[in-house]
Amino acid sequence: MKKVTIAVLFLLSFLFVFASLDLAPTSDLNSPPSTHVSPRYIEMGYKETGALNMVTAVLADYRGYDTLGETTVIFTAGLACLLIIESRRKPKR
Amino acid sequence: MRQRYGSLILDTTIRLLVPFYLIYGVYALVHGHYSPGGGFQAGVVLGASIIMVNMVQGDSVTWGVSKQTAVLVASIGTFIYAGIGIAAMIWGGNYLDYGVLPFRGIEPEVRALGTLGIETGVTLGVAGTFIVIFNLLIGREE
Repeated sequence: MKKVTIAVLFLLSFLFVFASLDLAPTSDLNSPPSTHVSPRYIEMGYKETGALNMVTAVLADYRGYDTLGETTVIFTAGLACLLIIESRRKPKR
Repeated sequence: MRQRYGSLILDTTIRLLVPFYLIYGVYALVHGHYSPGGGFQAGVVLGASIIMVNMVQGDSVTWGVSKQTAVLVASIGTFIYAGIGIAAMIWGGNYLDYGVLPFRGIEPEVRALGTLGIETGVTLGVAGTFIVIFNLLIGREE
């Protein structure tokens, strides 16, 4: 079972690395994210979202679904800590 | 926490500083549209101020937050975020599309209000989670 897990993990990480080779390089000014997405956020961010702070505009409005995931991750981490630590404590009743 | 870490000096300092931490946390939340800040940072500051009071005053703490309350606050925060998304769906938009929420004003203003709403949810979620983890690690029995 352990060997299967390790093999699956290796396969998955190989797939991830292989897929990431198709992503546009971060520093490429002519890649689609740099020519479409970023200028749209910079030019239209205030008009569309009403947030002067560009970070807030992207984080909370354009990518709101992503931030919902982050909040859920933090909340789930807290709940996991609660469940693990409370279950190790010896029961009182 | 059986005994407190505080001395008279620490106690006095905390009493002077914590109100400013709380105000700064709320400032970071509501001013996130205009300056660096936002929900996560505000939650961290608010949670850290309560943790600090707990560390200094120990068992004699006067306004600690219990584990149950903190879990409740964190759940409410996450629920606010998801709820605003569903509210946008009820008023006929996409999920988390704040522009259709029934506030008065032009669309960017409405979107800014929706953003403030979800940032409040993030703040409550982060602060509650921090206090839960701290309370668990010090092993306080309520």
